[in-house]
Amino acid sequence: MLEIRGIDVSYGDTQVIRDLSLEVRKGEVVALIGANGAGKSTTLKTISGLLRARKGEILFEGTPVHKAEAYKLIGMGLSLCPEARRLFVEMTVDENLDMGSLKGEAKRQRQRTKEAVFGLFPRLKERRRQIAGTLSGGEQQMAAIGRGLMSLPKLLMFDEPSLGLAPILVREIFDIIKKIREDGTTVLIVEQNVKQSLAAADRAYVLETGRLVMQGTGEALLSNEHVRTAYLGV
Amino acid sequence: MTSAQIEVLLQTLISGILLGGLYALIGLGMTLIMGVMKIINLAHGELMMVAMYIAYWMFVLFHVDPYLSVFIAAPVMFFLGVMIQKFLINPVLRVESILPENQVILTVGIGMVLSNLATMFFTSDYRSTPVGYATDALYLSDYWKSSPIELSLSVPWSVSFVFAVIITIALWFFLSKTDTGKSIRATAQDPEAALLMGVNIKLMRVITFGLGSGLVGAAGCLLLPIYYLFPALGGQFTLIAFVITILGRLGSAMGAIIGGLVLGVFESLTATYIGMGWAPVGRFVMFIACLVFLPGGVASLLRKKRFGA
Repeated sequence: MLEIRGIDVSYGDTQVIRDLSLEVRKGEVVALIGANGAGKSTTLKTISGLLRARKGEILFEGTPVHKAEAYKLIGMGLSLCPEARRLFVEMTVDENLDMGSLKGEAKRQRQRTKEAVFGLFPRLKERRRQIAGTLSGGEQQMAAIGRGLMSLPKLLMFDEPSLGLAPILVREIFDIIKKIREDGTTVLIVEQNVKQSLAAADRAYVLETGRLVMQGTGEALLSNEHVRTAYLGV
Repeated sequence: MTSAQIEVLLQTLISGILLGGLYALIGLGMTLIMGVMKIINLAHGELMMVAMYIAYWMFVLFHVDPYLSVFIAAPVMFFLGVMIQKFLINPVLRVESILPENQVILTVGIGMVLSNLATMFFTSDYRSTPVGYATDALYLSDYWKSSPIELSLSVPWSVSFVFAVIITIALWFFLSKTDTGKSIRATAQDPEAALLMGVNIKLMRVITFGLGSGLVGAAGCLLLPIYYLFPALGGQFTLIAFVITILGRLGSAMGAIIGGLVLGVFESLTATYIGMGWAPVGRFVMFIACLVFLPGGVASLLRKKRFGA
């Protein structure tokens, strides 16, 4: 579904990603893990068109997207829940969800999808007229995921969904990701919470200082010596 | 207070609110552009001047009422705003500039060009638009015979105010109920997130500059029956719009409306109780007081209330 072939990404003169290739197949949950500054978020930003790769290709369902305008990708079924949620904080929850469904089929199905999102997050329904900036951190994350789902994505990417949330909420978010996958959406997740994301993922890639150093099934990586010492502290 | 004094006060407040309604419309255009583009459009008043000349010549040559000209001048100004954004401001935005304020300086230049072109073509004469209803007024005593005080309501001022209110409501409806309006607000709040949601933010910027110009163009038409017209009038209104935008807090629509009304009432009070010539002084006293005591603008008060803190 998503294929990255040998991309290099730089901020100005600083190269952040070196020759990165990875693949996400239809129906999978794939995790991209690594320490702070390893280039995980940069990878997602490059896939979503916010940054440009200097070299290499990105294919989404066989179509090259590395030169496409960022605003066109969501209409193709590629959606990102950005780091730190990035809700429109002066808009209501309802309006934020509307913003997720501006295009084509997603717009036609808006009311139906919204009901489905409220089914997933009953709390959002209670708060639908509330200004997004006044929600608690967990509720904001729910709204951000809901907004991502509103576009009826084929591939939904999460950038650090558990960041800044209480442990009980982290578990809730991962349960939701499982449900999203069961509904047929492919998931690419970037996390510092290595244990949870490896447990949830079919496959995972480990990124260190912009390079891919390891890949494998979630289980295999969980029991890998290097991953255990470097990321799990055991 | 004697009844005569109450009469003067109420009359002053009424004209202040009527003036404030127009100010709000002028400020809204600037605040909208400020919110989305993060630049102060210092050609704002000059754009209004251009709209006023359009309405003026429509009246003189074709006897089109200035209020009808709203429907001509506002679309023309929308188009002009779109062109300015597309062909003048966007190229400057793309360049790595020495000063980050380059776009602002550009708008100053656009303003100068517009006012000097107007001087070349139309001379610097002061003109007024001889509409038939210019001095018509409604009197309270005509409707309430035994009223203890007498108040009057100027017909053109009131009609302009009503128009301004209608346009403001239409704008509110557009911004809060349509997808395009929501996309404009989203672009103002977080352009990158808006991009991820599929918003073509370049297009939104172009539309917003057009919309801001169209709004101030409409305000120009509404001002024409009650004000005189000359090429250099723009600068003064750019300043008024700027003060309102600061009063309201940069980029906040509700803040601009309240800021406009507050400024209108304050100027009207200054004119009545201190002297006509002191109204601009009052305007800037208010501006400085706002920067010192309420740097977040009216919107910061609104926000506190909304957040219940």
